[in-house]
Amino acid sequence: MKKTLLALTAAAVVSLGGTAAQAATKICFVYVGSKTDGGWTQAHDIGRQELQNHFGDKIETPYLENVAEGPDAERAIERFARSGCELIFTTSFGFMEPTLDVAKKFPKVKFEHATGYKTSDNVTSYNSRFYQGRFIQGQIAGQISKTGVAGYIASFPIPEVVRGINSFLLGAQSVNPDFKIKVVWVNSWFDAGKEADAAKALVDQGVDILTQHTDSTAPMQVAAERGIHAFGQASDMIEAGPNTQLTAIIDSWGPYYIKRTQAMMDGTWKTQSTWDGLIDGILTMAPYTNMPDDVKQMAMETEAKITNGELHPFTGPVTKQDGSEWLKDGETADDGTLLGMNFYVMGVDDKLPQ
Amino acid sequence: MELIVAVLLTVTTAATPLLLAAMGELVVERSGVLNLGVEGMIVVGAVVAFATAQLSGNPYLGALCGALAGCAFSLLFGFLSLTLVTNQVATGLALTILGLGLSGMIGENFVGQPGVQLEPIAIPLLASLPLVGPLIFNQDIIFYLSILSVVGVSWFLFRTRIGLQLRAIGDSHGSAHALGISVIKTRYLAVMFGGVCAGLAGAQLSLVYTPQWVENMSAGRGWIALALVVFASWRPLRVLAGAYLFGAVTIGQLHAQALGFGIPSQFLSALPYLATILVLVLISRNRRLTLMNTPASLAQSFVPDR
Repeated sequence: MKKTLLALTAAAVVSLGGTAAQAATKICFVYVGSKTDGGWTQAHDIGRQELQNHFGDKIETPYLENVAEGPDAERAIERFARSGCELIFTTSFGFMEPTLDVAKKFPKVKFEHATGYKTSDNVTSYNSRFYQGRFIQGQIAGQISKTGVAGYIASFPIPEVVRGINSFLLGAQSVNPDFKIKVVWVNSWFDAGKEADAAKALVDQGVDILTQHTDSTAPMQVAAERGIHAFGQASDMIEAGPNTQLTAIIDSWGPYYIKRTQAMMDGTWKTQSTWDGLIDGILTMAPYTNMPDDVKQMAMETEAKITNGELHPFTGPVTKQDGSEWLKDGETADDGTLLGMNFYVMGVDDKLPQ
Repeated sequence: MELIVAVLLTVTTAATPLLLAAMGELVVERSGVLNLGVEGMIVVGAVVAFATAQLSGNPYLGALCGALAGCAFSLLFGFLSLTLVTNQVATGLALTILGLGLSGMIGENFVGQPGVQLEPIAIPLLASLPLVGPLIFNQDIIFYLSILSVVGVSWFLFRTRIGLQLRAIGDSHGSAHALGISVIKTRYLAVMFGGVCAGLAGAQLSLVYTPQWVENMSAGRGWIALALVVFASWRPLRVLAGAYLFGAVTIGQLHAQALGFGIPSQFLSALPYLATILVLVLISRNRRLTLMNTPASLAQSFVPDR
């Protein structure tokens, strides 16, 4: 019931994007949350605006907000495909199968799905190596935390999220080998109340650093209230916690959207799997704040090392949670394993939901 | 001890909006009207409360305006379904959809702005009691109102003449009309009460629960409140039990996860719903009593044609 309603609402608030002439190319966006969520979807919407500004009235960029993952998504994507969109960006992991299904029915329309791993003739996947930023965050947490335990508010047990948890922990353990994290799954991308409850539960159980893989600023607010530190997610959340945020992973999708739209206009658009990182500028770190200078120094050095390829967050020796060896000394993880990651590394205080 | 108090405090925060919204809807349904617009009224109450508090700097004014906004929104439902006799189910659904869209529009400029929090009011002497002091006597005004609403609604429905009339209308509006009771007027008042409660529940979300405005921040709580009313078989005390049970299991499962018991999180996330339904069905298992409590003319339109 709720999902249907959300979809209906979403349908009711379709923006008309630009008011360009009829010849304008339609580039369409499907969002899982609200464009003003302060996190994930906002980052995509900023990218969309950059795209719009770049091409001016040559393109229109309609978007649908609050599209639930699942059958509603398929309806929303299909509506866009039917309404003359030439390129459709679907910006949530759960839109992967619906995107592929619709793409089969509309072979002439081009699709781009964010954070997935499947492609087809007219479906490209694009992603950002968020785990690079999470490794830096982990290192900071390892230095700053007094209890040696961080709280991780997670959304759904998909490879993307599991990879983030592992990378954060490996970063923390690189400075404090005994570092632990407590994971709480809220089974939602965006529910401010639930995220706040999870944050409170974690703080009540003694964590003094919060990090999140959900989209609202509620955990940052709870951290500010309780006087601990936290990391922002997807967008700079410094406004929600001026004295709380240590840094944030900022997604900047604009350049990618511009590049792909240009490729489509030039007729050079091809199916591909893009997985860019710090070096490509698709991922940037918010200023390092609220931490001692030496920690800041370390964070910046790590960022530079990851950017120039000197350091790979997943470098052995790494042991899986069950005690078996995953990476030998000096060995780095390949992208295939990372993209399908469905196991924890040693030190996560949680059992991975399967 | 400190952990227990902290956990229970989170539980009261989680339960209060459900309790308030459900208590309002209970009165509405007892009068024979089914308003499925609870979610919409909550979210409109939330955005208006936040905006008012933010602009005026006064969270109490915010809460008041949130309640009034919920009430105004419910009057829209009242006008359509009671005066123009539209289908109640469809009208209620439309109200929810409108509320979600409208609140997003009103709130667009308030996203990400720091909120104004409703501070707790300590009740002298009682607040210093161990355990119950911080839990019950050092809370914000909306919490006190939610508890008052349980007492008030119980007393009103089962101890006053007009409460009896309201239940009579809910059971058989034709007979009540024949007796000379004003069906439409009473239903209007009930719907408005439901609106005030839902609006306050919304104000609690944006002024206490998470003092900020984000779109769709009601996140389905209106639907949970609606379900609570039915599973509590329209009894105020059972709604209270249901709301707190739901809140307790919601918070409890988060703690269970943080402790790392290794129970699948999908199961834990579903647990509040399962546990609440199970318990409320068990306590409502007496079929005769349940039938007696069910408003017989629920969701039926009434036209005073004689």
